[in-house]
Amino acid sequence: MIHSLFLINSSGDIFLEKHWKSVVSRSVCDYFFEAQERATEAENVPPVIPTPHHYLLSVYRHKIFFVAVIQTEVPPLFVIEFLHRVVDTFQDYFGVCSEPVIKDNVVVVYEVLEEMLDNGFPLATESNILKELIKPPTILRTVVNTITGSTNVGDQLPTGQLSVVPWRRTGVKYTNNEAYFDVIEEIDAIIDKSGSTVTAEIQGVIDACVKLTGMPDLTLSFMNPRLLDDVSFHPCVRFKRWESERILSFIPPDGNFRLLSYHVSAQNLVAIPVYVKHSISFRDSSSLGRFEITVGPKQTMGKAIEGVTVASQMPRGVLNMSLTPSQGTHTFDPVTKMLSWDVGKINPQKLPSLKGTMSLQAGASKPDENPTINLQFKIQQLAISGLKVNRLDMYGEKYKPFKGIKYMTKAGRFQVRT
Amino acid sequence: MQRLLQLPGAMVRPGARGACKADQEAASPVLAPEGGPAPWYQALQPEELQRLQAPEENTSSEVSLEGPCPEAGQGQSQSQPLRHDDLKEMLDTNKDSLKLEAMKRIVAMIARGKNASDLFPAVVKNVACKNIEVKKLVYVYLVRYAEEQQDLALLSISTFQRGLKDPNQLIRASALRVLSSIRVPIIVPIMMLAIKEAASDMSPYVRKTAAHAIPKLYSLDSDQKDQLIEVIEKLLADKTTLVAGSVVMAFEEVCPERIDLIHKNYRKLCNLLIDVEEWGQVVIISMLTRYARTQFLSPTQNESLLEENPEKAFYGSEEDEAKGAGSEEAATSTLPARKPYVMDPDHRLLLRNTKPLLQSRSAAVVMAVAQLYFHLAPKAEVGVIAKALVRLLRSHSEVQYVVLQNVATMSIKRRGMFEPYLKSFYIRSTDPTQIKILKLEVLTNLANETNIPTVLREFQTYIRSMDKDFVAATIQAIGRCATNIGRVRDTCLNGLVQLLSNRDELVVAESVVVIKKLLQMQPAQHGEIIKHLAKLTDNIQVPMARASILWLIGEYCEHVPRIAPDVLRKMAKSFTAEEDIVKLQIINLAAKLYLTNSKQTKLLTQYVLSLAKYDQNYDIRDRARFTRQLIVPSEQGGALSRHAKKLFLAPKPAPVLESSFKDRDHFQLGSLSHLLNAKATGYQELPDWPEEAPDPSVRNVEVPEWTKCSNREKRKEKEKPFYSDSEGESGPTESADSDPESESKSDSKSSSESGSGESSSESDDEDQDEDEEKGRGSESEQSEEEGLKRKTKRKKVAEGLEGSSSDNGSDSNTSSSESEMTSESEEEQGEPASWRRKTPPSGKRAPAAKEISLLDLEDFTPPNVQPVSPPTVVSSSLAADLEGLTLTDSSLVPSLLSPVSSVGRQELLHRVAGEGLAVDYAFSRQPFSGDSHMVSVHIYFSNNADSPVKGLHVGTPKLPAGISIQEFPEIESLAPGESATAVMGINFGDSTQAANFQLCTQNRQFYVSIQPPVGELMAPVFMSENEFKKEQGKLTGMNEITEKLTLPDTCQSDHVVVQKVTATANLGRVPCGTSSEYRFAGRTLTSGSLVLLTLDARPAGAAQLTVNSEKMVIGTMLVKDVIQALTQ
Repeated sequence: MIHSLFLINSSGDIFLEKHWKSVVSRSVCDYFFEAQERATEAENVPPVIPTPHHYLLSVYRHKIFFVAVIQTEVPPLFVIEFLHRVVDTFQDYFGVCSEPVIKDNVVVVYEVLEEMLDNGFPLATESNILKELIKPPTILRTVVNTITGSTNVGDQLPTGQLSVVPWRRTGVKYTNNEAYFDVIEEIDAIIDKSGSTVTAEIQGVIDACVKLTGMPDLTLSFMNPRLLDDVSFHPCVRFKRWESERILSFIPPDGNFRLLSYHVSAQNLVAIPVYVKHSISFRDSSSLGRFEITVGPKQTMGKAIEGVTVASQMPRGVLNMSLTPSQGTHTFDPVTKMLSWDVGKINPQKLPSLKGTMSLQAGASKPDENPTINLQFKIQQLAISGLKVNRLDMYGEKYKPFKGIKYMTKAGRFQVRT
Repeated sequence: MQRLLQLPGAMVRPGARGACKADQEAASPVLAPEGGPAPWYQALQPEELQRLQAPEENTSSEVSLEGPCPEAGQGQSQSQPLRHDDLKEMLDTNKDSLKLEAMKRIVAMIARGKNASDLFPAVVKNVACKNIEVKKLVYVYLVRYAEEQQDLALLSISTFQRGLKDPNQLIRASALRVLSSIRVPIIVPIMMLAIKEAASDMSPYVRKTAAHAIPKLYSLDSDQKDQLIEVIEKLLADKTTLVAGSVVMAFEEVCPERIDLIHKNYRKLCNLLIDVEEWGQVVIISMLTRYARTQFLSPTQNESLLEENPEKAFYGSEEDEAKGAGSEEAATSTLPARKPYVMDPDHRLLLRNTKPLLQSRSAAVVMAVAQLYFHLAPKAEVGVIAKALVRLLRSHSEVQYVVLQNVATMSIKRRGMFEPYLKSFYIRSTDPTQIKILKLEVLTNLANETNIPTVLREFQTYIRSMDKDFVAATIQAIGRCATNIGRVRDTCLNGLVQLLSNRDELVVAESVVVIKKLLQMQPAQHGEIIKHLAKLTDNIQVPMARASILWLIGEYCEHVPRIAPDVLRKMAKSFTAEEDIVKLQIINLAAKLYLTNSKQTKLLTQYVLSLAKYDQNYDIRDRARFTRQLIVPSEQGGALSRHAKKLFLAPKPAPVLESSFKDRDHFQLGSLSHLLNAKATGYQELPDWPEEAPDPSVRNVEVPEWTKCSNREKRKEKEKPFYSDSEGESGPTESADSDPESESKSDSKSSSESGSGESSSESDDEDQDEDEEKGRGSESEQSEEEGLKRKTKRKKVAEGLEGSSSDNGSDSNTSSSESEMTSESEEEQGEPASWRRKTPPSGKRAPAAKEISLLDLEDFTPPNVQPVSPPTVVSSSLAADLEGLTLTDSSLVPSLLSPVSSVGRQELLHRVAGEGLAVDYAFSRQPFSGDSHMVSVHIYFSNNADSPVKGLHVGTPKLPAGISIQEFPEIESLAPGESATAVMGINFGDSTQAANFQLCTQNRQFYVSIQPPVGELMAPVFMSENEFKKEQGKLTGMNEITEKLTLPDTCQSDHVVVQKVTATANLGRVPCGTSSEYRFAGRTLTSGSLVLLTLDARPAGAAQLTVNSEKMVIGTMLVKDVIQALTQ
């Protein structure tokens, strides 16, 4: 299975290596560097690179390449999934997963990696178990440890590892018992030039933050579970119950977790909450182009659209842009040719617009393609699919928890072709 | 070659590697601490330190730790002390904090890839350190360097050996983990011993570690294989989910060819699968895929025969699949009279148990299931995986990359599967190029007559993308669509021709190449396009495109007789400046023109050939010489030159544009080999389906002693000839009751009853065998014989039992109607799972009905998928009948029949609060007639007032969700001193929430509430011991709650225990062979989930109570209540 792991930053330095079997020389990464040089952008580095004796499987996150070295046949997704789990664990432990943070916490990182794999096969990947084995560093604990000489390493067998609910710690205690559920839906859409929808779908997740004492058994039911077309669950959800009753029944992990992700069935038409009017033109003769976009609300069910940002990769021929926004701020990076406009909230009375001119490379012919516009926005208190949580019940514990549900709609991969 | 290419790369990055090398060289001087530090070494230190430590930590530790260092005084000013020395010193101190600090620094060095091997002796001393963190870090160090310092590593072994005996399972496990991780060949025997011991450890965690250690030992010394296989075999039999994944991983690494080890564990693995952790699931699924390929028949063999022809007509791309299947079919169909395909129940089991995993959050698991379905499922069922795979496309780009690769392969074979998701493969400008190209591939595969307009429109937008590689791929894709779908060929061609005027040269060039391929299919109609292309030669500079144009003109020069010579003229002019590939085509063009139109081009050709003769490239010189000999007639008159025309102007077949994923599916999908399209090391070939199914009985498992049948006679009838030796029941029974004398009379009777229950489940097994082996005729004869045998035996035991053999189907319809009824009810009692089966009145139709239900019976008991049906709840009257007819033993039934007395009345409304009206209620435990989901509650009214109470009824209830009430009929009037009884039904929705409602009289309303004890939320179920075990086996893991208790002296007798349990919970007793164990079973009323309760009483009052139920809340509460009842 996984032989070794190398962490490589974007400038090509190996800043951490870990071997689970016999040591693989770091020169094996040269094949990776070669591929990295060939690829124009970091995300274009192929995730799987064969070398004469090894295979390099990599993921790229937080500007770090996590390169796993394997020697024999193994399902590639197995390794990739594991690497992502490693990143998630680091994030969970340190808040952010970046090169300096990993370097600062190199010992904890090493201990965690040691526990996650045994002989290259995943051993403990549930963050609950790991946190019982190796406590995440906090400022307080660091101070306490230096004074008392106690350690970060637990000497107890993580009970979760043996229990029937491995994702939950035992003996959890809270003074305020609360359970929050965020229903977040993302709209993935491609809008074509004329404003009509090429494809649109809704993907949703329910993220939960559950801080409940003891072993609560929760059930969550929906008003309209039929909307959910394709679902994937956290392992804690009882699948049979869902199949038969369309009720989510689970003993939750402690803390933050993703309970469910779902896809809204394709039959339902997707309401597109915003529209973009655009007129981008390059003239052949002059070295100036006109640029104008306006963003407006469409079907928002009466809710305000917030956090709107517009990003667009301009053609290479554009040297600079002089634009004036009616609201918000905009930047144009002449090197990467990336235009971004932070609009903020859309006021339906006065639609935000961005107007101006583009200066093009002199003498070059006009670019033959128009840039696509990527849109981000947020709508609070609305699940665009209409999904509604009916009720949340708790069994198995005596106290009354505080329950909260929040809805939000966001733009997922929302693209407007011009 | 690649190695050589490496060198420059290595030179580019001297920073990291240089340092590393330097350190390695440094190792030797540093080993002898006295040896002076190499000059460059100091230079390296500060920088290294900085990187290792956080700035503030760095400074503080530097000051505090290096201050007291003796060497510090020597040269603090310019040369730092040898750091490894002070690390050694720190490790030698008694202070744990210093040791820890040192170990942390050392681990940081290892993490950076620095060499720390010289510290080995100092570190290894601390292996027995008390501080757990130091210890762990020492382990980390040891595992890293033991290989290099084998002799010293041996020093640590004894510590681990001690650790292996530690009472703490964590320490045992970690000792084994480290011991097996230090790759020192000398300790192989020690490791072997440790693994063997750990494999039979009590703690499943240690056993898991043992499973992990197996491949480690194997890689160290492959001679141990045989012994290791024994351990694997043992661990494979382990029933905990914790071990299953790890041992299968070990199996895959050590002995993937020993597929025979899986047989016995196959069903168990299938059933455990859903509870195994994600990584284990992936490994198990891919192993089971291989297993299934060797053990079952292809589910598509019949379909392909049926669908072969229509498919050929419809889909070009599926043609060869049909062909492959066809030829296979041809081979098999020559065998006389092939039986119709019936899927092996085990095959079905695998498919059914893996399906829910498509909902997993882990992409790896979803992919594993997808490939399993793709390789194993009948065509009609493969479709389910598409949705899940499309969902993965929302994941990280690396996941997308792998999934798309697999989708591309699948979409060639099973296009229909992904067609509904066409739009999910549309490309966004933000996708990485490699994802774009894969999506394009899928889109192209999915394109067909109906959706091609949308696909092409989509392609049009892609062509304007900024990503030129992607544009080129799009043009290729258009070309492929054009070749595959004849209808749009012209449209595509026109579109491509328009692209020829594109400003981007790459786009034009790519279009030319594709156009060339398309034109080859129907050159006659496209003279215009060729002319257009000819004009382009002035502008296009991309060699491949120029070459393509020249080739086209040469090939079809008769279509453009006027232009061709002119093109040649231009080319001759620029010949020397052209690329090699173009030059070759110029020669080619010249030759062809010379042959067709020698008048105009003779001189030009000779000019070109002369130029080529002195070209720098030998290939071109050769080609020129060869061509000249061939086309220019010389005196010698070469034999070949007469055929020159045939050689050059032979009609050439059009190239086939096909997907690069075409034949990839011979690799197991989802595997690395599939992704790379090359066999990776250790790849296990996916075997072809067998022609004939191997013996399915090998998977029958001996069920560990839980069928206790004390009746020797009965056992004898189940002798070998009929049941295969592994048939479960017979084996263990022999040993189980070695002392039948000691058992009481009532016990033997109850077991005779259990025997009858058992026999019905047995007959299922029989039928299953029948099904599997398809040896209908001989089998039924046997079973008839068996049935007869059994019948005679039965008669000895109890009258009326013979009816049970009527469900063998072979029995004739001789039994009286009474005994038929008995057989029916007995069957219900024996196996609640079979309630859906209709027992036909006449035995004749039985086999047919069973054949259908058999698939379900074996392991498909969806207790909560379907609502419970009335027959499961055996009404007391029926139970009484049963008692009279079949059961000679009465010890079981009474507890079921007299429950009302055991649960006392409770007060619903006190006489004072009710102004004279007193209301009590009691749970009658009888099925509520209106609705089987309801608990029936008896309500007793008594009027203690002096005036009559009128119009008693239930007011509009305000009920929590899930609870519903069936009101009792209104009581008109209740005279003073009189009492009345009413029955109402309450559906508590399997919760112990109280049902609040109002009790109304004519002028008053009373708020009352009924809270059910958890034990009342269920109804007893009759089941045999086998059934019970089977169901219990399905409800392990999360659904099992175990509690220990001590039985007081009053609870020592059977009767008391049974009574106490049944009084607490409305459960039915399940017969049980051993006297110390009590089993009870029931179903919750609303959802019909099984509730199984086991009480294992040990001598001296210790006992263990286990409740298995899907409803965990109910289970937990039930345990509490029962314990309370028993211990009070």
